[in-house]
Amino acid sequence: MPAPDLFQELKFRDPARARALSEALHREAKAIGRSPIPLMHVCGSHEQAIARFGLRAVLPRELEVIMGPGCPVCITDTPEVDEAVALAAQGAVVCTYGDMLRLPGNSRSLADARTDGGSVEVVYSVAQAVEIARQRPDREVVFFASGFETTAVATAAVVLSEVPRNFSVLSAHKYVPAAMEVVAEMEETNIEGFIAAGHAATITGWGIFEPFARRTGTPVVVAGFEPLDVLAAILECVILIKEKRPEVMNCYPRCVTREGNRPAQEKLWKVFQVADGVWRGIAAVPRGNLELRPEWDHLNARRRFRIDTSKVGGAEKNLLAEQCICGSIMSGLANPKDCKLFGKECRPETPVGACMVSSEGACKIWHMYGGLPDLREVG
Amino acid sequence: MCLGVPGKVISVNGLIATVDFFGVTKELRLDIVDEPVQPGDYVLNHVGFAIRRIPPSEVGETLALFDQILKEAESGDLMAEDVRGEMAAGRTKG
Repeated sequence: MPAPDLFQELKFRDPARARALSEALHREAKAIGRSPIPLMHVCGSHEQAIARFGLRAVLPRELEVIMGPGCPVCITDTPEVDEAVALAAQGAVVCTYGDMLRLPGNSRSLADARTDGGSVEVVYSVAQAVEIARQRPDREVVFFASGFETTAVATAAVVLSEVPRNFSVLSAHKYVPAAMEVVAEMEETNIEGFIAAGHAATITGWGIFEPFARRTGTPVVVAGFEPLDVLAAILECVILIKEKRPEVMNCYPRCVTREGNRPAQEKLWKVFQVADGVWRGIAAVPRGNLELRPEWDHLNARRRFRIDTSKVGGAEKNLLAEQCICGSIMSGLANPKDCKLFGKECRPETPVGACMVSSEGACKIWHMYGGLPDLREVG
Repeated sequence: MCLGVPGKVISVNGLIATVDFFGVTKELRLDIVDEPVQPGDYVLNHVGFAIRRIPPSEVGETLALFDQILKEAESGDLMAEDVRGEMAAGRTKG
């Protein structure tokens, strides 16, 4: 059992509730009677909350809470980055979210493209990319769109509103439920329960996970981002595992409903369709990419331009990158500390792999906050 | 990138809401929010768009988390940076 004063250190606003949750977790995990019990969450913000508030320190040792493919930047594939780099080299103004700037392509990142004289603008919203297009009618402005369904709905809303003729979208949007299917099928990881991302479920609704839970026999619990929200969701998941109930539980009712945000879903599917994709480090993910539907070809940078990646891709071999184990980390087969580059050659200032680039990447989060607490050894 | 940040709606003008985020005022788009939004409501902002109306009675814990993160965060704190990024995604009024 963790030491009582630990809860003060963790700065829970309600230490008594945190203690009660932790005690219940210890009891329920023990009752399952096997170890380890691997749970996976699929959200960078969850990993931030878990690592920042040291939640692994109050988990029973039987439980492994693993971050899966929950960082949209990290799973953006190298050819997608190459397309954006090529567009910048071909004279377009490429707008993208900040974390994408340093994400390595085959041999260049968008930051490199900017150094080479290309126009690359960081935006916080797709709406800001549209404003840039309005301000610069003489230039083609391409929004390099990353993010899961929560972020894709914003891109969809912009596509459905009036945009200037010089604006287009290079979609690297991804669809999380598809990746959960892939990871759930991996025998090596043997995930027994999933913690689903609260804000993605705000859009899709929790009902979307029901067929998945039934088919894979794996419970899914939707969680918020408060430290106590996360602990409560982990406890629910452990109870569902113990009782062998592959069901979906919503532990974030103030933001998530069963049916989700219907108007947003309508906009999302009016603009995007799922397509088979490759996620960096993971594998082929059937139905894992969100691409613009054919009726939006005129706004689709892949249709509008002849994108020539031959000059920006794969010239020299990157020996360091070959040692990077981001793929295993994102599939839940390894944690950042298993990587020999972690904190040495690969640091936030000089990232080798994608997971060290983004604020939602497991490696960057562990580098900032620490990952596995030493308490596991002494407690 | 999926964190979102809650703010209080000050006024609504068509599909644009003026929203207060911990003292910073921004304009958000209402294209994809699921329910009509009124002054006094809280909305969850993601990349410049309201994605969910949160009833004022349920917003308490959510606000407290963000308030704590913004106040306590050391420079470079990843969660605080993501929260500030979400705040910067709104349009500056003017």
